[in-house]
Amino acid sequence: MARYGMVIDTKKCVGCQDCVVACKTENQVPHGYSRDWLAYETIGKFPKLNMEIRTERCNHCDNPPCVYCCPTGASHISDGGIVLVEHDKCIGCKACVASCPYDARFVHPEGYVSKCTFCEHRVKEGKDPACVSVCPTHCMYFGDFDDPESEVSKLLQERKYHAIIPEAGTKPHIYYLT
Amino acid sequence: MNAVSRRKFLKISAATIASATALGTVSCTRDKIKASAEKGIKTIPTYCNICFWKCGAIATLKDGELWKIEGNPVDPLSRGRLCPRGTGGIGAYSDPDRLKTPLIRKKGSKRGEEEFVSVTWDEALTYIADKMNDIKSKYGAQSMAAFSHGTGGKFLKHTLKAYGAKNIVAPSFAQCRGPREVGFELTNGNFIGSPERTDIKDTKCMALIGSHLGENMHNSQVQEFSEAIANDASIIVVDPRFSVAAGKAKYYLPIKPGTDLALLLSWMNVMISEGIYDKKFVEDFGFGFEQLAEEVKKYTPEWAYVETGIEPDLIRATARELAKNKPASFIHPGRHVTWYGDDTQRSRAIAILNSLLGNWNRKGGFYEPSKVSLPKYPTPAYPEMAYEKADNPGKKWPLLGDAEGSTTGLRDATITGKPYPIKGWLVYATNLIQSLPDERETIAAINNLDLLVVIDVIPNEIAGYADVVLPESIYLERHDEFNNAPFRQSFLSIRQPVIASPDDQKPNWWIAKKLAEKLGLGHYHPWKNLDDYLRYTSEKAGFSYERLKKEGVILGPKKPINVEEGATQDFWTKSGKVEFYSTHLEELGFDPIPKYTKPEQPPSGYFRLLFGRAPMHTFSMTQTNPLLSELMDENVVWVNNDVARQYGIENGQYIKLKNQDGIIGSKVKVYATERIRTDCVFMVHGFGHRSKALKSAYLKGGSDSLMVTKYKVDPIMSGTGMNVNFVTFETEA
Repeated sequence: MARYGMVIDTKKCVGCQDCVVACKTENQVPHGYSRDWLAYETIGKFPKLNMEIRTERCNHCDNPPCVYCCPTGASHISDGGIVLVEHDKCIGCKACVASCPYDARFVHPEGYVSKCTFCEHRVKEGKDPACVSVCPTHCMYFGDFDDPESEVSKLLQERKYHAIIPEAGTKPHIYYLT
Repeated sequence: MNAVSRRKFLKISAATIASATALGTVSCTRDKIKASAEKGIKTIPTYCNICFWKCGAIATLKDGELWKIEGNPVDPLSRGRLCPRGTGGIGAYSDPDRLKTPLIRKKGSKRGEEEFVSVTWDEALTYIADKMNDIKSKYGAQSMAAFSHGTGGKFLKHTLKAYGAKNIVAPSFAQCRGPREVGFELTNGNFIGSPERTDIKDTKCMALIGSHLGENMHNSQVQEFSEAIANDASIIVVDPRFSVAAGKAKYYLPIKPGTDLALLLSWMNVMISEGIYDKKFVEDFGFGFEQLAEEVKKYTPEWAYVETGIEPDLIRATARELAKNKPASFIHPGRHVTWYGDDTQRSRAIAILNSLLGNWNRKGGFYEPSKVSLPKYPTPAYPEMAYEKADNPGKKWPLLGDAEGSTTGLRDATITGKPYPIKGWLVYATNLIQSLPDERETIAAINNLDLLVVIDVIPNEIAGYADVVLPESIYLERHDEFNNAPFRQSFLSIRQPVIASPDDQKPNWWIAKKLAEKLGLGHYHPWKNLDDYLRYTSEKAGFSYERLKKEGVILGPKKPINVEEGATQDFWTKSGKVEFYSTHLEELGFDPIPKYTKPEQPPSGYFRLLFGRAPMHTFSMTQTNPLLSELMDENVVWVNNDVARQYGIENGQYIKLKNQDGIIGSKVKVYATERIRTDCVFMVHGFGHRSKALKSAYLKGGSDSLMVTKYKVDPIMSGTGMNVNFVTFETEA
């Protein structure tokens, strides 16, 4: 069984937001909402500055509070560890929205909760998620962490990395190379 | 689970409401389109037009509706990946503020009041042709002029030349990269061109002077920049602002604005005095090196420190880093380089430094591009146009080429009526109100016109001043000339319609042909349509048109691009050598070696206004694109934290800017940050729209161009230095 996740090279990311707009068109995300976004962190005093730019989204956690708190079972862990929401089961109670430390979920205007799916429909066809496939800097990698030979596994062996809010204990599956 | 749930019901009703409101008045046309649409997925290749990089792309339709657009993997420019503007390009189709029908200015209304009546194409084109005939009989064909930006202007320019008009200009020269081309041509007899011939992906060291790759989203350049970072190349960024590129740099030089030439001369001083330049290259190809060595002796890093604020040790370290990695190291020539009015000389300094690195046609330096040459579709000869061009009377700017032309020179002629009156402007795809400095002069010129025609996809500020506005189909709805830009490997890519225009918009080639017919010049457009034209020229060039339609891009032959691959180093200057000392400039009365002059400093309480790019917008053309405006719907003014504190300005607060001439802008949000020097502020160009017809972008953000009332003209080639304006804060917003 695969365990999907992403590795993102912050050294290469320029924060252009191509990933955001590619997700919007691929998944027809309605105007005013988005499943992924950019974070910019600058530390220091001019001109001695350090800047990290990150593309962020649902971390498809191993220990996902959004799944545990869902009263209807709509939020669930699907094949490959992808955390999904079954629209027809969702009652829009927003418990999962509140539980997510990454603020990755929103209520779709059609009433159900929506978020990043790792483009499950593309992954099934053997393609990368839309955000990964469009990135002009090639800073995003998608793959199987259960396979030690996969590019994502190898990158984590070779480079320094961090995850976001690891202290929440959710066991996120998106890693940022620094 | 499959029963009709509450949410399914909500889904249906929401969709119904959405289609009712979004389609509105155009629903009839769209229904017709939908009715004929094919079911399922369909992909059509074309090339992008959201900026001028022209990446090969593949659009996907689902049940006849635009779904997405992606890079064409065969295309050498995009390599299968578009930039955010390209990916969001489909938003141009559903832009709520698109021009829908031809418009003629309401009788009795003044230019700029944006009062129009919808007319038919026949009425609009008849009106234009009548006025053009009037102008010709009263003043002569030379009094009709055009401003045109991008591929689409080709056929309109052709119609104008057939009419006898040759005063045709573009802001891409005097407001953008003109000084760079002239500076390089003077030095090594080659120009840079577009796409830039920089071998970023193979470089070991690259210096960016104010050029903010990553925010400046030229696709191939950014892709290669990322490769250079991955290869651990040394990136040197010289910028008053800690740009995204600065965040990737090994060396960041927070230069005082306007002093770049001091740094460049000092780099020459270090390379020559330490003997670390490419001696063999200079010996083999150089002219006037001794004079250069003598001249730059005085420009020590200690001297440059006083001007630039860059520590002498940092100047030495970066000069050595560049030299150490030669010839796989270069100083990027930049693109928008019209900053201070001495820009040709600064570009020449960049070209000289690159020659000291011996990087011309070397791996990791500059490369030799190649392009597919396309035959001309035979058309009748143009009438004789023996008159002098109006933009450069008496060769006032000696190195302004006839082919390029000067926008501001043409504007001057329109204001003064000298060397002869200019009475008609045809403006294609350029918002002159925001693309030229000092809009007051642009408006003064417009008020002298008998005819102003604007052809565009959205009603930008310039359209508000027009007598006739013609709505053009967006790039996804039309054919255009092929893209055969010079690149690493030659190629040909096609632009073809992906979807029908939703309203009464027409492609530029159709407009040009119909206008020619109205003027009795229809025989200049002998092709039935552009399909016919494209088939003829591509097949003549030996490319299968059917394959182009299907695959979008066909590569030409691979040729050596650098010395390592067997290319030669040829310098097309007067001496046939790299001219460190320019006798050509000397003969014309200019400095043969660039000389530094101190920039004017802002008065107390004022800050130099700098402007630049954001990755999701192109000039003032994309702010109403719903996908792109969602990524950035207003710009902000970058103010150093200490300055903000001193002026009692909070991050996120709305203020107004006032410039040295008392011009006050619209409200703009403050971005208080460590990422900029204390003597300047920065804005992304293209926001603060004042065209009421651009409802979704109206007064969102601030207009940098409104603040640019002052500009310094480059005496060599007429470029307009625009980074010479100073602003202060009006907090009672």
